Amino acid sequence: MAEKQVQPVPFRGGGFTARKLGLVGPLVFVAIVALWEIGCRTGVIPPLVLPAPSEVYAALARLVETGLIWDHLGASLQRLVVGWSLGTVLGVAVGLSIGLFSLARAGLAPIVAAIFPVPKIALLPLFVIWFGIGEGSKVATILFGTFFPTVVATYGGVDNVDRTLIRMGQSFGLSWFSIVRKIILPGALPAILPGFRISAAIAIVLLVAAEMIGAEYGIGAYILLAGSLMATDELIAGVAILSAIGLVVNWLIGRAERALLAWRR
Amino acid sequence: MDLKIRDVGHAYGPLTVLDGIGFEVPAGRIVCIVGPSGCGKSTLLRMIGGLERPDSGEILQVGAPPAASLNPLTFIFQDFALLPWRSVEGNIRLVLEDHRLGAAETERIVAGVLARTNLTEFRKAWPRQLSGGMRQRVAIARALAVSPAVMLMDEPLSALDAQTRELLMADLVALWERERFSAVYVTHNLAEAVRLGHRVIVLSRRPGRIREIVDIDMPLGERTGRMAELEAHQSRLWALIRDEAEAAEKELVGG
Repeated sequence: MAEKQVQPVPFRGGGFTARKLGLVGPLVFVAIVALWEIGCRTGVIPPLVLPAPSEVYAALARLVETGLIWDHLGASLQRLVVGWSLGTVLGVAVGLSIGLFSLARAGLAPIVAAIFPVPKIALLPLFVIWFGIGEGSKVATILFGTFFPTVVATYGGVDNVDRTLIRMGQSFGLSWFSIVRKIILPGALPAILPGFRISAAIAIVLLVAAEMIGAEYGIGAYILLAGSLMATDELIAGVAILSAIGLVVNWLIGRAERALLAWRR
Repeated sequence: MDLKIRDVGHAYGPLTVLDGIGFEVPAGRIVCIVGPSGCGKSTLLRMIGGLERPDSGEILQVGAPPAASLNPLTFIFQDFALLPWRSVEGNIRLVLEDHRLGAAETERIVAGVLARTNLTEFRKAWPRQLSGGMRQRVAIARALAVSPAVMLMDEPLSALDAQTRELLMADLVALWERERFSAVYVTHNLAEAVRLGHRVIVLSRRPGRIREIVDIDMPLGERTGRMAELEAHQSRLWALIRDEAEAAEKELVGG
């Protein structure tokens, strides 16, 4: 026991923490597109199976050149904005009333639970009969699709508002309306905004489906036409536009979250 | 304005939580309610504040509250109950907005209570940026803004560490010396009760009944200097609730 062994305590706390690697995402994307292009040029991927990225780019350029992209985008964005906004406003209103009033909860919550899981695409033919083959049925499909997830997110958010805050409001004699507007709504917002993300994604899915019936313009109509002509380059160009719409919407909601939920961090 | 609690009883289903509670809260005095956990003391406080209705008995306001009082019975909560999406100032404004006082009057009150609680430089801060002690100071400022006739304090220092608690107790004593507010102060901490209470009401464990009412005649301002005498009061209170606290400790949750 003359010499005691001295050694550092081994470190074992590593791993499991998320690191920020900002460049990896774009790099992977570029690498996949590059591999894809090389595959097409060397003939490993037959042109009928998958067009080269350069051809997709050419199809996009043609769309811009002829100005058709603005007709398609305009028609699609209009349906998306109108349908999503109406569905969201109605959804938040119904979700709030389910959260606030026992009668609304007892009456509406089961119906919402029953209709929420029904794919709204299945109802599309019915909407065509009800609202006509024009804009009505397309907007209604998107409206219905966004309404239900918004209802569920909103009343879930209201249910999760800290009860002690509501009791605080009551103890200071705040009016019912003040408590709803200043305590319950802001308290439910952290649950409502992620609901918007989901409803926006659903809206884009339904947009394409709705545009596949009786639409002259719209990204969905463009993709449908490209598909029936086996014009895979145009088909993928349409998909790229949809993906871009999704990214922009996601970015906008992210901005809204940062602005409205600044108090969280 | 005095408060008179007369023969209050309450039960949750078959479980009687309060039975035959009666006492008075004279104007300008702090009445502490102590008792083992589960004795119904927080329920009693919520009834005094009109947030819950007792099954039997009544809670009476004797005399009109001062005309300037916007919210005569005002709570201070254990977990502060600050809105995280409002700044310190916004949290104080919240309780004034419904009264439509006008911008100048509101600003005068906000600036006043911030100064009285030494929070002026934290006016724009978010609650999450503040320590627990500072948050409770904000809640006290918010309570002062509505000039309460009686403050209803539900374990206001229990979420704080021992050092912060000591600081806030000194703050509360200084505040009482200046404002002479009345308060009902619920706590399980006997040291707080003997430091802040003019009168200490000891409740028994379920069903909560009054076991004893102890008056402490020493002026609040002198109490830090006469700890030995307070110690005697505290030991006596402890002797009263010790056995029941032990029994409460051994109880199964929900059992």
